[in-house]
Amino acid sequence: MVEKHIKYIISIEKKKDDFASVVMEHLRLNGAYWGLTTLDVLGKLDAVDQDEVVSWIMQCQDQSGGFGGNIGHDPHLLYTLSAIQVLALFDKIDVLDIEKNEDGSFFGDIWGETDTRFSYIAICSLALLQRLDKINVEKAVEYIVNCKNLDGGFGCAPGAESHAGQIFCCVGALAILGSLDHVDKDLLGWWLCERQVKSGGLNGRPEKLPDVCYSWWVLSSLIMIDRVHWIDKKKLVDFILDCQDKEKGGISDRPDDAVDVFHTYFGVAGLSLLEYPGLKAIDPAYALPVDVVNKIFLTT
Amino acid sequence: MHGIPRKAPTQEERDGSSIKAAKLRDLQSQLLHFHYNKIYTKEAIEISAQLLESNPEHYTGWNYRKLAVQHLLDRHQENEVDSELPQSVLDEELRLVENALKRNFKAYGAWHHRKWVLSKGHSSPDRELRLLGKLQKLDSRNFHAWNYRRFITELKKIPDEDELQYTTDMIYDNFSNYSAWHNRSMLLSKLLEKRAKGYDKTENVLSEEFEFVRNALFTDPDDQSGWFYHLWLLGQTLKREPLVISSSPPHGSNLSLSIDNPDCQPSFSKIYHQSKERTFPLILYFSEAVVGVSSSTVTVEFDYDGGDGLIWHPLSANKLGFSQAWLAYIKYPHDSLESCHVKVTVAQFPGIISSSGMPCSQSCFISFTASVCSNNQEHSKVQTTHKISWNEENFKAHSTHPEDANLLASLCKLNITKENMPTTPMLCIETISNEIACSRELLSSSNCKIGKLILARLLVAHNTLMTYGCMDSITEAHYEEILALYHDLMKMDHAHIGYYEDEYSLVVMKQLTSNTESLLKLCGNYEELSLPSISSYTCVRLKGLSLSRVSCMEHLLWVQMLDLSHNKLRSIEGLEALQLLSCLKLSKNRFSSFTALEPLKMLKSLQVLDVSYNEIGAHSIDTRRYMCSSPLNSTTGSEWQLKRFAEEDADMKHFWDAYLLFKDLNLVQLDIVGNAVVDERLKAFLVKLMSALKWFDGESCH
Repeated sequence: MVEKHIKYIISIEKKKDDFASVVMEHLRLNGAYWGLTTLDVLGKLDAVDQDEVVSWIMQCQDQSGGFGGNIGHDPHLLYTLSAIQVLALFDKIDVLDIEKNEDGSFFGDIWGETDTRFSYIAICSLALLQRLDKINVEKAVEYIVNCKNLDGGFGCAPGAESHAGQIFCCVGALAILGSLDHVDKDLLGWWLCERQVKSGGLNGRPEKLPDVCYSWWVLSSLIMIDRVHWIDKKKLVDFILDCQDKEKGGISDRPDDAVDVFHTYFGVAGLSLLEYPGLKAIDPAYALPVDVVNKIFLTT
Repeated sequence: MHGIPRKAPTQEERDGSSIKAAKLRDLQSQLLHFHYNKIYTKEAIEISAQLLESNPEHYTGWNYRKLAVQHLLDRHQENEVDSELPQSVLDEELRLVENALKRNFKAYGAWHHRKWVLSKGHSSPDRELRLLGKLQKLDSRNFHAWNYRRFITELKKIPDEDELQYTTDMIYDNFSNYSAWHNRSMLLSKLLEKRAKGYDKTENVLSEEFEFVRNALFTDPDDQSGWFYHLWLLGQTLKREPLVISSSPPHGSNLSLSIDNPDCQPSFSKIYHQSKERTFPLILYFSEAVVGVSSSTVTVEFDYDGGDGLIWHPLSANKLGFSQAWLAYIKYPHDSLESCHVKVTVAQFPGIISSSGMPCSQSCFISFTASVCSNNQEHSKVQTTHKISWNEENFKAHSTHPEDANLLASLCKLNITKENMPTTPMLCIETISNEIACSRELLSSSNCKIGKLILARLLVAHNTLMTYGCMDSITEAHYEEILALYHDLMKMDHAHIGYYEDEYSLVVMKQLTSNTESLLKLCGNYEELSLPSISSYTCVRLKGLSLSRVSCMEHLLWVQMLDLSHNKLRSIEGLEALQLLSCLKLSKNRFSSFTALEPLKMLKSLQVLDVSYNEIGAHSIDTRRYMCSSPLNSTTGSEWQLKRFAEEDADMKHFWDAYLLFKDLNLVQLDIVGNAVVDERLKAFLVKLMSALKWFDGESCH
């Protein structure tokens, strides 16, 4: 199946003209991150032309230093992190500026949307660039803690409902800042482990359908707080494998649905976290292969 | 991207898709052109509307739109032609957002644009709430809509009580609405905290809420919507003040201190402590994690001059400073001293606070006697240490001797006087008892998972309320029933067996250590019979109990030797409190990394450690690397001067987790055979790192 997935990802990269690609033109940089990280976890990053990718990414950079989702699109944190992560995969990093607020929250761009996704992105980006000194870490942590709910989870802003995606962002940000003591691990662990439904898949919130992308959001959160043994790992592996398109390659959100690079990435990353044989280990906080992360932090 | 069936498109579908793609691409490239060239003509703005209505996720489109609106409003301000213009411009934006939301009511860009429009003024809360009403009918779980609702209610200062009623209505309409339960919990929490009118009697409010959520649970026990609300209510009911529940040395004990006196044998009658620095550890153990223990909140009085300004340390890896166990070192004098009294007072004024914000307001007194054996120079000789074999025949159980039972009981008990014993509000116990009865009722009609789990939790809560950590204070402690419930849960909900095993272990540990009789069965003396021994150890054996977690250290603070082998342990959080621990056996467990052993760094007396036959190095994913100090998060500080080490020592970098663990431990004996990570390179590195090490995997070194 590995070969088929690799073929699928390469084909996506080439396809730019069908409707699905056009409608998601504005987040192509995210797509690059999903596709390339998957290739690296499958051990095949060399299947792409590194120089071509890097030069395209740099064209997405705005004068402010931030990156847009594609050439000509406005800069936004969402795409800036992906740019940094892809450059990290290729071992080529650069410096830039990040917009921060007094209460510790982060705007996604100059238009002022706040969301804990942006806290994670800012913190992760700066940590990878080893420039966390650019922000007030205490305030950033304080804002994230203000987004903690009574069920132990986190929402996108103070008072917002717990959602696995936001939980990943908050737990990941706290993990990177060495502040996981703010998390009630038993309480959140139970909320997260109850995302596993009868089919073995994970949902993102109570009473919702399972989806392969939650194999990342929920799973990485469980791993960071050391509660992953509270789910049935084998059943989850089986669910993810069931979501593969065995003929054409790629992974979908649910068995027998259409595949896309987003779910292919989360499925493969989830399998890596579940220690599926033959895959490179991926880091749950930085969402990059462990060897890439170690290279950044354990060398001068 | 989501929920699209997998099937190869027909030629017709492909053609249709091509046409759509071409049209969209055209709109998008025009938008980027207008945006880059700052073109805000009527036609350009119309193009942007077409784009956003068909692809509301095109974020640059929304950015362009804001600039266009700004441009129109600025131009109007200059010219003042049409006073209705701002209103109509903004109304147009609101209409556009509604159309975009029809296409995708989860588009972040659309929602944010609406907020931006509202910030310009000219808005009506009723219109917004009407829109929300429509959307929430379509999807009551749309968190964007709920977020926006919170945004509007705050903007328009709608009272919390009204919003609480809204959640009541939503839940009555369909109880399977986690979003409504969540909002309810936030609103109720705020109302209780500010003691709003009608919400000042917490116990009554909680009682009503229990009844409200019970309806949801009874209607469909498999629906999770009310489960977490119920757990939150339970937590609120159990919120109480923290207390001191044990200490080391224990209240009423005799402590015998010396620097080096080989004749003093440890036993349960006397606690023996020797230290070259002439200090002994004083530990206070609280019912829950607290902060604020210092020399201004705790006073220690001695007959001799023990020194002022004791420094208290939290004994936990928690970097926020919260801990159940707190430690201070007390100095003792050179001269010999007969039976001197030491009195510890944990004061009444605020200062010690639990992590849930409750202050410790009960005074507590602990007193014990200490005597100092003179430092007899003639007898002092280098203490020969011997290899601990952990052999069965070296262990002598204490189960038979009644004197030992009494002494052990006094060792474990904290004598709280009647005046100091805090009272549990009766309403609290009544509420819990009532809930226990209701959940039994639920279980009788439906043998469901949530019924069993809730009953187990309630019984544990009941035990906690009745004991406050005292030993032997209740006769009927529900343990067998609780353990049976968890056994059932492991079978009926096999996917979550790991969770139930952890909960089960916590109950087992409580059961074993809270009762003098059961604790005695686990205790004894360990003496190495094959060698002429100098010292023996007070030992507790918890081996082969299928424990996946440890807890309840409050009754084990005096333990010098602990056998936790042959269990299922993955972490040892909580063990930091056992400051007198000298020998620890963790072999045949499930430790999967050196990072999992981080709590051991606080055990200054630890000399013998056995972690053989575990899973260290067997896993590609380290589940504890972000919970400890490591170079991967910004917690390393002075512990890891990255640049220096990276240059000096490749081994230190490669084995950074082993390095950070073992560098501060003064181990004399280490066993790590049977772990995948062990190779010659690691062995050589560890032997070099630990200069005091005498035995490594059974063989002598140094």
